[in-house]
Amino acid sequence: MNTTAIKVLRKPIASAIIAILIGFLVAAVVLASAGYDPGASFAALFSGMVGRPRYVVNVIIKATPLLLCGVAVAFAFKVGLFNIGAEGQYILGTIAATVVGITCDLPPVLEIPLVVLSGTIAGVLSGALVGWLKAKFGIHEVITSIMFNWISLYLCNYVVSLDVFHQPNTTGTYPVHGSAFTMILPNWKLSDEGQAALANLPVLRDVLVRCDVNVGIIVAVVVAVLIGWLLRRTKVGYEMRAVGLNKDAARFAGINVEGNVVLCMVISGALCGLAGALNITGISPHGISTLAAFENNGFNGLSVAFIAGCSPVGCIPASLLFAGLIYGGQTVQQVMGAPSEIISIMIGTIVFCMALGGVVPMLAERIRRSRAERVERARELAAKTGATPASPAGEGDAPKAVDAADAGAPAAEAPSGAAEPNGSNEKKGADGDAR
Amino acid sequence: MLDNLVLVLSITLMYSTPLVFGALGGVMSERSGVVNIGIEGMMNVGAFAGVAGSYVSGSPWIGLLCAGLAGGLVALLHAVASITFNADQTISGVAINLLAPGIALFACRRMFDGAAMSPVVNTLPKLVDASGLGGSALSSLNLDVTVLLSPIAAAVMWFALYRTKWGLRIRSVGEHPEASETLGINVCRTRYACVILSGVLAGFGGASVTLAIISQYTQTAISGQGFIALAAVIFGKWTPHGAYLACLLFGFTQALTVMLGGGSVVPTHILAMLPYVMTVLVLVLFVGRSVAPKADGVPYIKGSR
Repeated sequence: MNTTAIKVLRKPIASAIIAILIGFLVAAVVLASAGYDPGASFAALFSGMVGRPRYVVNVIIKATPLLLCGVAVAFAFKVGLFNIGAEGQYILGTIAATVVGITCDLPPVLEIPLVVLSGTIAGVLSGALVGWLKAKFGIHEVITSIMFNWISLYLCNYVVSLDVFHQPNTTGTYPVHGSAFTMILPNWKLSDEGQAALANLPVLRDVLVRCDVNVGIIVAVVVAVLIGWLLRRTKVGYEMRAVGLNKDAARFAGINVEGNVVLCMVISGALCGLAGALNITGISPHGISTLAAFENNGFNGLSVAFIAGCSPVGCIPASLLFAGLIYGGQTVQQVMGAPSEIISIMIGTIVFCMALGGVVPMLAERIRRSRAERVERARELAAKTGATPASPAGEGDAPKAVDAADAGAPAAEAPSGAAEPNGSNEKKGADGDAR
Repeated sequence: MLDNLVLVLSITLMYSTPLVFGALGGVMSERSGVVNIGIEGMMNVGAFAGVAGSYVSGSPWIGLLCAGLAGGLVALLHAVASITFNADQTISGVAINLLAPGIALFACRRMFDGAAMSPVVNTLPKLVDASGLGGSALSSLNLDVTVLLSPIAAAVMWFALYRTKWGLRIRSVGEHPEASETLGINVCRTRYACVILSGVLAGFGGASVTLAIISQYTQTAISGQGFIALAAVIFGKWTPHGAYLACLLFGFTQALTVMLGGGSVVPTHILAMLPYVMTVLVLVLFVGRSVAPKADGVPYIKGSR
């Protein structure tokens, strides 16, 4: 292993890739031990993910809320908060968007921003309350978030049960008004001319007609990049990261810790609410339904954030991977009959390995250090053998003797140089640094 | 009136028992300085292992042991990650919550021909089953044996933590591992023991749902109890007795919800929020600031300062 490999291993992306590989490996072992062919299962998984243009688009649609919730969790984590309430904030976003979308009927130019904004604000309120309770009363954000998750779930069921919103003979509400839809060309693609135009474009037809292609993913990607920029390049972001790294030091430096905690929860809640609202405007049934259990968009956001190593931009590939695995996992069950829980095991393993992520750079560091030690030893050896003839010349000046021996070592002590070709390279580098 | 009180008592104890085991597990692990978000997952595995053990052996007690064992094994994963490899404990816990239910359901489908639920199995005996006394006010009294086991576990744990040398060591490791190490306490070993024990307790908690309340494993047998238990740990300020009381309070509000649910003015869905709203209110009004063990969630790296 040479130095570049070590450098690569110290990059965070390396841990992510290794974690994903281990996830597949563990899944393969579990599948094989349960009597399924891992190769065929993975083939089914991938064909379910990218086998048809429509599948790819569905993966992207599924990734949209995961990306926004993932960014929300990652952002809060950087500020030292664990937003386990992403689920509840997402649900509140869907509720508010549905209620406003059914009640108001404005032209799309006004309706879409209104609906999306109301969902976002619902998330903001929930996040702000959690942040305020923490800042003001010191109540742990994990408890309040867990409680708010359940409160949001029952609020959703309550809203569905109201006569104003409940669509008879279903478990859901009426859809929001069509003017709030954010799909791409929703009417044209079903019209006669649209159908005629698409008849010659099978790929586009597959994608447009059979899925709810919507603009959500564009919004989500922009938001992810913006949040990444906010954290890394602005004063607010700097303060927030300082709070996340060391609250006391931040306070001592004059940073308003409580204010930043609340602001962080507000932003985090806004992102989850936005995710909920975009799902209402973007995909059918464009309304909420009775929830017997959590749909896990928010909880999966936690996993996405951690697979991404809590980098907002990293959440983009992580959410696509996550959505792909979940969506493709259904195919595994259909084709192979293998329980689709294999996907949970795989994703769990990946996140688990990401938790161990510190190990890879640690290992790389250890390899580097043991290499350096070996070089040191080779150098001592060289110094010893090289120093013997030189010793009468300058006994009092040890460093100089070592230096002289050092310079002469590769030539004078050929056997040791040949045994450690890498070592001599490394040594030159190290010496250069020292000077 | 009396029968209503008895019913409230029954429901309170029924709801709170699994939570108590989960919360005690959380206290155990966090007092030694390891955050355990994975209680939910460990309870899920325990719920399945308990049923599987009872199904295979026919004895619910063996099932209970299996549940503890399975929970402990999953906790071992968390321990290896968070103690040996200094992993981020929150992330590892979240991973456990994905991994463990996946394993449980995968195993369930393998064992019972692709079904996401098990057949009904032998359950733990009832402590009091008064349903035979039809008509009397006490007829709604129905207590599982786990209802008795949970306060015993809490009491034993309180004694262990506050009245034994071992408990003092655990608490010191959770507060200041560096100082503990200089006194010759093996931080690593103490934390391993606590985290594994925490998984065993959480496993019992899972089994006390499937082996006592519903007598089979289903996909939704454990849905959120682990998280409520986690909240109870913080609510109870990281003490066994506090966590026990917090779980009782939560069970009591659930019982109130059930009691008020009959023919009421308040819509059922709004009523269902009661336990959660009450918890937040009680926290704000009476409990307030909770301070975690000082080294909670901080990996201990030997020799670092």
